[in-house]
Amino acid sequence: MLKQIEGSRAVAEAIALCRPEVVCAYPITPQTHIVEGVSELVKAGTLKNCEFINVESEFAALSVAIGASAAGARAYTATASQGLLYMAEAVYNAAGLGLPIVMTIGNRAIGAPINIWNDHTDSMAVRDSGWIQLFAETNQEAVDLHIQAFRLAELLSCPVMVCMDGFILTHAYERVDVPDQAAVDAFLPPFEPVQVLDPANPYSIGAMVGPDAFSEVRYLAHHKQLEALEKIPEIAAGFEAAFGRASGGLLSGYRSEDARTIVVALGSVNGTIKETVDAMRADGHSIGSVSICAFRPFPLVALRDAIRHAKRIVCVEKSLAPGLGGIVASNVRMALRGVDHRVYTVIAGLGGRPIPRASLRDVFERAETGGLDDVTFLDLNWRVVNEQLVRARDVRHSGPIAENVLKALNPGRGAAAK
Amino acid sequence: MVANVETLDDFLKTQVLDPWKGPKKVPAAEYFTSGHRTCQGCESAQLMKLMAKAGGPRSIILGSTGCMYVANTTYYSTPWAVPWMHTQLGSSGSAATGTVAALRAMMRKGKMKKEPINVIAVCGDGGGADMGLSAISAALQHTHYNLLILLYDNESYANTDIQVSGSSPYGANSTFSTPGKVKRIMNKRWKKNTAAMLAAGHPDVRYVSTVCTAYPVDAMNSVRRALTIGGPTFVHSLDPCPKGWDYDPKFSHELGELAVETGIWPLYEVEEGQLRMIGRSKRIVEGQFKRKPVREYLRRQGRFAHFIDEDIEYFQKKIDDMWEKWLIPGVIPFAGKLNP
Repeated sequence: MLKQIEGSRAVAEAIALCRPEVVCAYPITPQTHIVEGVSELVKAGTLKNCEFINVESEFAALSVAIGASAAGARAYTATASQGLLYMAEAVYNAAGLGLPIVMTIGNRAIGAPINIWNDHTDSMAVRDSGWIQLFAETNQEAVDLHIQAFRLAELLSCPVMVCMDGFILTHAYERVDVPDQAAVDAFLPPFEPVQVLDPANPYSIGAMVGPDAFSEVRYLAHHKQLEALEKIPEIAAGFEAAFGRASGGLLSGYRSEDARTIVVALGSVNGTIKETVDAMRADGHSIGSVSICAFRPFPLVALRDAIRHAKRIVCVEKSLAPGLGGIVASNVRMALRGVDHRVYTVIAGLGGRPIPRASLRDVFERAETGGLDDVTFLDLNWRVVNEQLVRARDVRHSGPIAENVLKALNPGRGAAAK
Repeated sequence: MVANVETLDDFLKTQVLDPWKGPKKVPAAEYFTSGHRTCQGCESAQLMKLMAKAGGPRSIILGSTGCMYVANTTYYSTPWAVPWMHTQLGSSGSAATGTVAALRAMMRKGKMKKEPINVIAVCGDGGGADMGLSAISAALQHTHYNLLILLYDNESYANTDIQVSGSSPYGANSTFSTPGKVKRIMNKRWKKNTAAMLAAGHPDVRYVSTVCTAYPVDAMNSVRRALTIGGPTFVHSLDPCPKGWDYDPKFSHELGELAVETGIWPLYEVEEGQLRMIGRSKRIVEGQFKRKPVREYLRRQGRFAHFIDEDIEYFQKKIDDMWEKWLIPGVIPFAGKLNP
């Protein structure tokens, strides 16, 4: 059913369609509207036989979900940013135990300094926890990915994170087709656990394992991700057959088949990138883009096939590995091992910084002419950065960096700098 | 057999586990069997055995990280004959909440038989009194879920080689509070009053108790009462630890008794808002039993070997205050009068 609806509400309705039996709620911006929405659907009786549990922390939210999933229930929660880091130990535990929990991440920056706006630092911090990570490009895809996520998680006994850009998607009202219950029921069979806490058949789950078996257990976690590389396209194809629209999959290309420059990115920024590609194509540039949906498992082969014909790759990424540069770019380089390509990293959109088409076009054109640095910070204010570097060099008690940056951005406002 | 906790629906029922009248009435079946690798004289392992026996076969155990996980539960030698799962050090309360919620949802859906299953989460003093306290508090607020949190308190992070916890006694030697030539007393914190704090702070909880494995039938009956009465419940056990307390393992039971007889570890239960002292602690309150000097308890343990008379006197005074000046002796520490 087509609706003009907030992204978070649409996801809440999609979650209800998946009939979770336990949902844990803890507030953190910009994810909160999702679990609020699920709460309303439970109270309204739309989502029946669901235990909706208010918990005291994100660590508890996922720990409750773990306890529920191990008892055989379909379990769901959502978080973002600091909350995802606060639950990090349980994030690894859910994956290690192979519990098919689905969790939405309303992607947001990580402090300090605290920043509530969108980037991908939170999901990137747990990218190697063993969870499958799917990034939604639009709210429609966010809805569809959640339905696919439960199918995928339960097929593989592996938890899945559906990552959607905070505010840009979670708070955006746009047209979304929310499927009907019968179609979702047909696509998503009831959860049959591979292990369960059952007094009739008792065993221990998560007991200690020594060096003799640990490597094998870890390899099997890796193997599960490799299996997911096959299952994700299969499930996306099954979804398309059932619901009549393409969503998810490992990645999707846009005007990239013959492009000499290919832009690679995750999530909603692909919309802006596609518009920039169109504008540059109209002016005769050979450029296209690839949107990566599955960041874990990372589609090394599919990505290599999608981009190896290009001359250069520009990764636009909303996270930074301080001391290295780009996380996505590092993964892309691995996909291109043995291929002589230039791979550029453009760090963009940190803490909600807008990513305008003009700025993207500028870096793409510089990449075309070889005039782009390996790691570029989009629209970085070098004057402000350099002022702070000088200040930190000259003054021992130089004070909080974030405040100094704001003062430099807004000279004459606030208390005078020392 | 089932008892109604609330008459709302079947999913709120618990198993009726009547108290066992004396050791001869305790059945032989064990659900915590061989395979654990805890130290000789480990009273926490003894507590696990008693708890599993008391809960019986229709129980699910969730074990947070600690001695009773790492030393106790390793694949190929797990002692549990009931389903058991590890949960994080700080999440015994959360995991129990999730498991109970799942059972209820699935029973309501018809995916499981509507037969009550005990859900028991166990945590040490690190997992319970320190890191997991907020999760336990949250679990105790979910009054419509039947679960038991069992805190096995050996008064240190014993699994990682005896570091001081919020539940360690004043002055005890640990690897984080070793007495030195300049500073004799390194741990100046007084032991957290966890059970009473949780009972007072969560007045809708129907059962909170303190137990000691030196009194095994009482301990088992306390677990059985907690599981039968329903809602979230909490049992706090003091477990002498030969390695952490530094004594010959054969004296574990004796030290447990001394902890109670000196008044250091009061035994009580708070049921439906009613406090009752139990066993020897009850006799202390009634004046039938004179508390033994704490010196008899402290001097039996290497962890207090550095105590001089002054330290023992301080300890004694704190215990005396607890029995003579507290609002409720041994339980609620506010002095003063309600109508001054």
